[in-house]
Amino acid sequence: MMKKLLSAAALLASSLAMAAGPAVPLDKAPIDLTDKVSLQNGAKLFQNYCLGCHQMQYQRYIRTFRDLDIPEDVGMANLMFTGEKVGDHITNSMSAKSGEKWFGATPPDLTNVARVRGPDWLYTYLRSFYADPSRPFGVNNDVFPMVGMPHVLQELQGKPYKAYETRLVDGEAKQVYVGIKTDGSGEMNSEEYDRAVADLVNYLEYVGEPTKLEAHALGVKVLVFLLIFFVLAYLLKKEYWRDVH
Amino acid sequence: MFKNLMSWIEYRLPFMEKMNLHVMQYPAPKNFNFWYFFGSLAMLVLVNQILTGIWLTMNYVPSADGAFASVEYIMRDVDYGWLLRYMHSTGASAFFVVVYLHMLRGMMYGSYQKPRELLWIFGMLIFLVLMAEAFMGYLLPWGQMSFWGAQVIIGIFGTIPFIGEDLTLWIRGDYVISGATLNRFFALHVIALPLVLVILVFLHIMALHEVGSNNPDGIEIKKDNDGTVEQTEADKKFTFHQYFTRGGKKIIVDAIPFHPYYTVKDMVGVAGFLLVFAWVIFFFPEGGGFFLEPPNFEPANPLKTPAHIAPVWYFTPFYAILRAIPHPFMGAVAMFAAILALALLPWLDRGKVRSVRYRSSLHKINLVNFCVSFVALGVLGVLPATPTYTLLSQTFSFTYFGFFVLLFFYSKNEATKPLPVRLT
Repeated sequence: MMKKLLSAAALLASSLAMAAGPAVPLDKAPIDLTDKVSLQNGAKLFQNYCLGCHQMQYQRYIRTFRDLDIPEDVGMANLMFTGEKVGDHITNSMSAKSGEKWFGATPPDLTNVARVRGPDWLYTYLRSFYADPSRPFGVNNDVFPMVGMPHVLQELQGKPYKAYETRLVDGEAKQVYVGIKTDGSGEMNSEEYDRAVADLVNYLEYVGEPTKLEAHALGVKVLVFLLIFFVLAYLLKKEYWRDVH
Repeated sequence: MFKNLMSWIEYRLPFMEKMNLHVMQYPAPKNFNFWYFFGSLAMLVLVNQILTGIWLTMNYVPSADGAFASVEYIMRDVDYGWLLRYMHSTGASAFFVVVYLHMLRGMMYGSYQKPRELLWIFGMLIFLVLMAEAFMGYLLPWGQMSFWGAQVIIGIFGTIPFIGEDLTLWIRGDYVISGATLNRFFALHVIALPLVLVILVFLHIMALHEVGSNNPDGIEIKKDNDGTVEQTEADKKFTFHQYFTRGGKKIIVDAIPFHPYYTVKDMVGVAGFLLVFAWVIFFFPEGGGFFLEPPNFEPANPLKTPAHIAPVWYFTPFYAILRAIPHPFMGAVAMFAAILALALLPWLDRGKVRSVRYRSSLHKINLVNFCVSFVALGVLGVLPATPTYTLLSQTFSFTYFGFFVLLFFYSKNEATKPLPVRLT
């Protein structure tokens, strides 16, 4: 009986590891919340390419500026376009209704998107657009098939397409999918584009939990204190319990 | 002056007398092991939940329009709001961790057996109220999992024949889960249920102090004063409240006063617990998606069902039992039966020996069976209901209930080891 139980538990554990996920294997996003340059670049990309449709309605400009070491005047001049105040939330003027009409679904708020989807999903998603004339905006995505979003970073990446190569498989010439390539019309080469997406995802990860670094720093102090407290409590207990033993 | 004041108060409200009775001169068995930390830790977590909860309500907005945004406001704009929120959300999971371990302790050492049946019943009531409290609290952030998890759990009541539909309507206060549901859950979560919880905890402790604490050996430390057992020198060293000797009818052996011995010992437990607790709060507040589920960072959307709805981990063993039964209402019955079976343990276990230390190998294996079944059901409750997983859920539901059935039959004439007279 024990053997059966154990093998059942092992079966469970192994199937857990394969629990449902996206159809495409995700690339690891190179997240580094201490890299202020990367975060600043991510903020710039967000303001220029994402904010038109996606809000960050729970994050304030001033929070981004302070946490990313962006001086207020520099931030106001470069990252704020429509006369907001620094204490305002990062919002746009597109109504949810219009968004739904134009894209089929309201573009989601991105404040917490990194916590909902995870940075790896975002990093892979933004690098998985490919030309598909059957779609309204001419692009489709392998991570989020049939997504209603246009490829807004196309001017950076160039026009991406699914590349196939003819290879000999079992003696037959077959078309094999080798990945997404671009036509070279973008401002960036493929490494630069990956780096830019990584910066953007890094920024989204930061916005998802702006207190993360603060939490880690405080956490270390709390744990050190508790460790000392643990030792003192243990010694106190030992001292008292000498009467008992 | 101060002394006069104290005796003036003492005469009108015997505070010191009660402190002696319940703390300084309360006889506790001297052989508690680490399993006995979890009672005091549950109390610590309760205090944590109440205090952080009070501060969270200062900025939380209980409305369908404002709830999600107010939680984000707490996380981003309130000073240390993130810490309060993580302490509260992690505290909910920690509460169930310590309560489950506390219950397992009771099962291992037979702490539910006569004369501690009522103590156990109060504990089970605390567990029930705690589940209701956690469930209602989980709706409050008004995220996707809040909404859809509540939909599933309220739906369970809808499976009751004849009254089900009306009952769910009565619970929700609306035809769908809405702001009306959120507001009443808020009221119950912050006032009604915590009040009931605190009262039940008080009764739990009063019931405990009346019958006295059990211990890993499962034998009494209060012996009849008829000369069969003598106090040793060590026993005479401590003073216990005369209430516990029942006017000389009992003698107390192998006991130590709760304070200072167990207060200092529990402090070590508290420090150890806080190390783990703080580690989660500061470094893994989502608990790998089990304490805070990823879809819950998206506001509730009644028009968009998440791909996979899983209740929070502490409900999943019972949820797996619910799903294992093909008939919805019978599934709900089985789920409640799984909790009821625990509450009936004092009567299902007909053995006279309490501690697993002196019980049969069969009982030891059966107890392992219970733990494995419970954990396996917990894992299965998180996973989607594929045919294989459903079959496994059915298997483990069977072994879960099998624990109680087997126990009922073998415990009557169980081959147990001889009990020691004194604590080992």
